[in-house]
Amino acid sequence: MKNTKYDKIADFHKVKENRLGNGIVAFLCGGVMGFLAELTIECFMNWFKISRETSSIYMIVIFIFIACLFTALGFFDKLVTKFKCGLIIPITGFAHSVMSSSLDSKSEGLIYGIGSNMFKLAGSVIVYGIVSAFIFGLIRYLIGGI
Amino acid sequence: MKLLYSFLFCGLICLIGQIILDNTKLTPGHITSIFVVLGAFLDIFHIYDEIIKVVGGGAQLPITSFGHSLVHGALANTSKHGVIGLFMGMFDLTATGISVVIVISFLLTLICKPKD
Repeated sequence: MKNTKYDKIADFHKVKENRLGNGIVAFLCGGVMGFLAELTIECFMNWFKISRETSSIYMIVIFIFIACLFTALGFFDKLVTKFKCGLIIPITGFAHSVMSSSLDSKSEGLIYGIGSNMFKLAGSVIVYGIVSAFIFGLIRYLIGGI
Repeated sequence: MKLLYSFLFCGLICLIGQIILDNTKLTPGHITSIFVVLGAFLDIFHIYDEIIKVVGGGAQLPITSFGHSLVHGALANTSKHGVIGLFMGMFDLTATGISVVIVISFLLTLICKPKD
């Protein structure tokens, strides 16, 4: 069978993605996450009488903990395949990638398994974040004034 | 009102990410990296600070906030130490997130068994 013919048949049987539906689901899921984040911050501010900055840090800690726990229990992957970017873009996606790569490599031992593979997927975020932050910070510093 | 703004802003960012994911061949890893760089870029003239003031928690949850706080911490230290402050203050604000991720995922990995 020629390649072109094969490609045609493969294209025909490919599962067609519903792009509009995906977008709406991602928008709603991301929106709910943002809503919950703001709600958590306001609850902390009102209950414990702490400043907005401190309570936002507590909010991030809580979200990371929930994402790690759900990944460890095994059903966060299913949620990610369903909601896609609604869960990848918030900080939960970062926590999920760290947690899943460290879980996967548990069998290789403590040092060469968990220790060295923990940032296999999430390392790119940190590397590009720091490099770009350095470049942009330098530009801002050279322009002058803070 | 901040609750509604959070809903709209966080949803909009996720929608943009989903559109990029669907229409190009980029993987989720690419997209999170792009958004971190975008957040760092928006903080050059403190645009993201203004967004956080208006939107609140919805702007601090997406990964763009990570890039924003990297630049913000770095710039805050330059006023005290000069150029070298860029390196000193880089992790000032993001240290909590990274340390919490490392500690929690390490402890949970020790306790839990990987599924399938």
